[in-house]
Amino acid sequence: MHSLVAPLLVLVLLFNLFLLGTSRLQAVVNASAAQGVLLGVLTLCMHEGFNGWVVLITLVTILVKGVLIPGMLLRAIRDAAIRREIEPFIGFLPCLLLGALGTGASLIFARTLPLAPQHVGSLLVPAAMATVWSGFLVLTTRRKAINQVVGYLVLENGIYIMGLTLLEAMPFMVEMGVLLDLFVGIFVMGIILNHIRREFSSLDTTHLSALKE
Amino acid sequence: MNKIHFTIHATLLLVMPLLLLGIIGKTKAAFAGRVGPPLLQPYYDVLKLLRKGSVFSRTTTWVFKAGPVVGIVTALFAAALVPLGGHLAPVSFEGDLILFAYLFGLGRFFTVAAALDTGSSFEGMGGAREVTFSCLTEPALFFGLIVLTRLSGSLSLTTMIGAGLGESWRHGGASLVLVAFSMFIVLLTETCRIPIDDPNTHLELTMIHEVMVLDHGGPALGLIHYAAALKLFILGSLVMRIVIPYSGNTWAAWGVFAAGMVLLAVLIGVVESTMARLRMAQVPILLVAACLLSALGIVLVAR
Repeated sequence: MHSLVAPLLVLVLLFNLFLLGTSRLQAVVNASAAQGVLLGVLTLCMHEGFNGWVVLITLVTILVKGVLIPGMLLRAIRDAAIRREIEPFIGFLPCLLLGALGTGASLIFARTLPLAPQHVGSLLVPAAMATVWSGFLVLTTRRKAINQVVGYLVLENGIYIMGLTLLEAMPFMVEMGVLLDLFVGIFVMGIILNHIRREFSSLDTTHLSALKE
Repeated sequence: MNKIHFTIHATLLLVMPLLLLGIIGKTKAAFAGRVGPPLLQPYYDVLKLLRKGSVFSRTTTWVFKAGPVVGIVTALFAAALVPLGGHLAPVSFEGDLILFAYLFGLGRFFTVAAALDTGSSFEGMGGAREVTFSCLTEPALFFGLIVLTRLSGSLSLTTMIGAGLGESWRHGGASLVLVAFSMFIVLLTETCRIPIDDPNTHLELTMIHEVMVLDHGGPALGLIHYAAALKLFILGSLVMRIVIPYSGNTWAAWGVFAAGMVLLAVLIGVVESTMARLRMAQVPILLVAACLLSALGIVLVAR
């Protein structure tokens, strides 16, 4: 199972680049959902041997990150009837280049970190940093609120990957708590999205800077 | 023993490329709910074209006639350099990957020159697009080849994607995944398939490859079609070999190779049926992404 970890992490990185380079909101949400499912499978692959808790964590991760949250976002897209991110603050091509640069830099930077001996050669730490960086880029460069939520999700995915390095030390309750937090966070963001749409009839967050009493 | 393998190699080169086009056509027809043209339709088309007479515009020179000939010769030579299914390639020496990449470059140069030779503005437009996009696919292809070189420690295609590739998957699997994706995008671009270009389109303003060969007809057009199919076959065999690095029984390897190529054709058909063509301005984003993927592959192996 452990041999699957590196290719799976590379797929996670591929989804990062896809998220940075695509403009269609539905594709962005679907990619983040696929990334969530990959993280679930990754959890399963990281554990030595099966036990009930691991399978449960995997299933809950896939359910929350791959089904529930993307479902809510897709519904928001349908309600708001928007398809594309038209004009991000930084264009798609520069974003893609920045993302790849960050990924390369994190691969090199991870070598200089004083890691635990079992993580020295592994891709986990650089992949986590690259995913956090990509999420941060999506979060800050896009105008549409839905895209920003996806950016937050990807950022959280990066933190989740970092958390996988602590798999033996982290108790089950903590992982479940993190997932619950995430779910509630996205839920609140969904409500905010709805309010923004009602107020401005669009999800462009630049309108928010024009708010007045 | 080698003679038999070389004969199989040559036979596959003659027989399989056009069959792949037929399979792609059938897959697309299945997605659209049609019966589609017969599997052997590309053969009928090429044979029909080869039987026709030639008509050459009076404004063209020898460059126009050289285009298709150089195209087919370079494609055949490049095909001789590629090991199919992990067998020994008919021609191989240390450093043949450079020749392999630039044989395509030479073929492309003459196709574009022939297009410009007609003096048609449409063909000039197609030539400009072809050259622009190939500027972006070439680094992607080379980065991918560098990864393979680094993993196998050899500069010859026969060793790079030969029997040792399965071993490379064990310690460099992550970067090979990246290279396979990147090579697939290169394959779609070089052979002008959706999402970069639509091979069925008949609107000059949106075409890339097809628009360059508008003035060719008869046997010349037949050669161009066959050379394009051959290009698909060669680049496809590279991608397929990276994804399925089978190296066991030499006879079974031929079977695995042929099955893999059919699978690849079906995959291209699926991509063509489920995706829309990208806007011309978005194509460079995809190609830069392909370059970045294989560049990350290099970072991963060199790490």
